[in-house]
Amino acid sequence: MVVNPVRLVGRATLAVVRGVGQVALFAARALAAPGFRPRLLGEQLVRIGWLSLPVVGMTALFTGAALALQINAGGERFQAGDVVPAIVAIGMVRELGPVLGGLMVAARVASSIAAELGSMRVTEQIDALVTLSVDPMGWLVTPRLWAAILSVPVLVGVGDIIGIMGGWVVGTTSLGFTSQGYLANSFAYLESWDVMSGLIKGAVFGGIVALAGCWFGMRAARGAEGVGRATTNAVVAASVGILAGNFLLTGLFFT
Amino acid sequence: MNAPSVIETVIETRGLAKAFGTNRVLDGIDLTVARGESLVVIGGSGSGKSVLLRTILGLEQIDAGTVRLNGEPATAPVRARFMHDFGMLFQTAALFDSLPVWRNVAFRLLRTMPPAAARARAIDKLARVGLAADVADRMPSALSGGMRKRVGLARALAADPAVLFFDEPTTGLDPQRAAGINALIRGIVTEAGATTVTITHDMGSVRTIADRVAMLDGGRLRWQGPVAAMDTAPDPVLRAFVEGRPAD
Repeated sequence: MVVNPVRLVGRATLAVVRGVGQVALFAARALAAPGFRPRLLGEQLVRIGWLSLPVVGMTALFTGAALALQINAGGERFQAGDVVPAIVAIGMVRELGPVLGGLMVAARVASSIAAELGSMRVTEQIDALVTLSVDPMGWLVTPRLWAAILSVPVLVGVGDIIGIMGGWVVGTTSLGFTSQGYLANSFAYLESWDVMSGLIKGAVFGGIVALAGCWFGMRAARGAEGVGRATTNAVVAASVGILAGNFLLTGLFFT
Repeated sequence: MNAPSVIETVIETRGLAKAFGTNRVLDGIDLTVARGESLVVIGGSGSGKSVLLRTILGLEQIDAGTVRLNGEPATAPVRARFMHDFGMLFQTAALFDSLPVWRNVAFRLLRTMPPAAARARAIDKLARVGLAADVADRMPSALSGGMRKRVGLARALAADPAVLFFDEPTTGLDPQRAAGINALIRGIVTEAGATTVTITHDMGSVRTIADRVAMLDGGRLRWQGPVAAMDTAPDPVLRAFVEGRPAD
């Protein structure tokens, strides 16, 4: 049988558009769900934001330190070792802070949300909410989505500072910079838009992480296998979404 | 002259159909449940009993047919109103893992009552299902299967709803506890005037709880009638089920 390639492409395109539309509607329903619940939002801010701080901080610290070593090694070829602090700072706040922070949150949070909601789905807890006159979107999805949108930029901001300090540690202990000189160089070329763009990326990536976790968790198929698949799909979707989103946002902000 | 008495229908399904892929789970179910009636749905595993409850509640989309609740087509607002005076015991109890037992039981009450009053009511409902007050502060993960089931039952009863669904209420309970739960459900109907729909395999439950029995077989309504007529009904599949032997 001959497969019409145009039909295949058309079918795939429709599937992608349909999927994006469904996720967009899901997000809109979650953001518009009535009834602000500060206690649930607070719980999720702690779970998504506060408890992710160690892993995001460690990632930023080692990334900033490695970046300083790499830029120094590369920069010396052009007698440009002095640019290490500035490039570490700009690289961290514009790109590596939000992307690596987002990916670490994706690994930790998207999987956790998908596993939790998936388990609730397969043990009928989400159905029980419906029978108790509670909208599962407003109860489960909305607090997680807002908590991720609000807390990931803060994580990115803290990660930026820790990453710059990672470079500072390497710069002052191994590369011959003075402490004051390194810090002055770090901030001399940094513009406020560099920082803001990274924080905006953080908010978008937070939304992607929570949406991926909630979307796959709420649709988990029956049984342990269904929950496992939801967890894997959530992490993969969140990671790819962050990388694709980063490309689009970088293009939007800096071209 | 008085107007003729009208039996008020709480739940009505017409031609209800649902398939999962090629598996037709419900196939043209016509069923009514009158106010204050206790309907028990029986049938073998996979006969569509749980799916029937889920489609009535809107937890599963139906492929064909209609559902009416309190005389109105079951649109989202009608279902929302119906759920406000409704309680359900799930087959797996479906307790919220992150909440202690008393908060599970008082989940609905906590929206309208101060926590202390809601907790007192929850402990009272736990006592009605045979659970001591010290269970109230435990987490669901620390309970046995039978205890979880009884907590689920207490949650369903907590707000004294007018309509209750019970999905396998005595599964996992010892015979004495099961008899107590059956008597409790019967009391809800006769004393409180609630409308109940119960799914069970337990013929002891059927005889205690039911006013009327409906049997599903292969997604179709095989038989329905008063519980007293069940033992004399000529239907061979029903007779085999009631007598606990393979169908001829």
